[in-house]
Amino acid sequence: MALGVIPHVDLPQSVAIGETVVLKTSITHPMESGLRKDSNGKVIPRSIINRFSCDFNDQPVIDVKMEAAIAQNPYFEFTAVVHESGTFTFRWYDDDGDIYVETKDIAVV
Amino acid sequence: MKLTRRDALTLGLGATAASLLPTRASSASADAIAEFTHGAEIGLGDMTLHVPSKVSVGAEVPIQITATGAVCVLVLATENPRPNVATFSFGPMLSAQTVTTRIRLSKTQDIIAIAKMDDGRFVKSQSKVAITQDL
Repeated sequence: MALGVIPHVDLPQSVAIGETVVLKTSITHPMESGLRKDSNGKVIPRSIINRFSCDFNDQPVIDVKMEAAIAQNPYFEFTAVVHESGTFTFRWYDDDGDIYVETKDIAVV
Repeated sequence: MKLTRRDALTLGLGATAASLLPTRASSASADAIAEFTHGAEIGLGDMTLHVPSKVSVGAEVPIQITATGAVCVLVLATENPRPNVATFSFGPMLSAQTVTTRIRLSKTQDIIAIAKMDDGRFVKSQSKVAITQDL
């Protein structure tokens, strides 16, 4: 587990049925590109989040294949429409094999 | 050193070759596009790519893609050392095929987004971002 990797997700706790929900997601990560060199001229190995996905009640919302050109602390904002109460599951896949998972419940009122 | 006619010609050829070099980066983009579309024709369609026309540094450039009816969108930064930026796959729960993120650009260049629509067509949108300082 890479140190200091903290996912953050912002969305409302409840919505009206059929209402559009704005989801803002980010994760603290340097997204080391593999193109930079350290002070000794040695290439710093690539270490990025290479995939991000969001599901709602196991149905896909968005799935992103990410390259090193995504800026550090990767940020994604998108919208979903929910017709039932349930759980959003967010997953970030690290080059080192770790998967960071965050879940958020939302109630349809 | 005396500059002979032959030397002058060689210099001129070298300069011409150097001026052609940037096409190498675009050819990497062309390869990525061909892989995404499998050579299918790319038309015009309902897609917008929002990018700032000018930013001071390229470390965190905001981009927003809206592609109504798209199932998948490929984003390329044509002059980056590696042009691939991201591939977005949109699921049925997404309300509008809109996504916002932040990307890295090594210098002034065109950003290309290519969407695969739900009817199998491909559409393209392209915008230039000017970087006023080097990263």
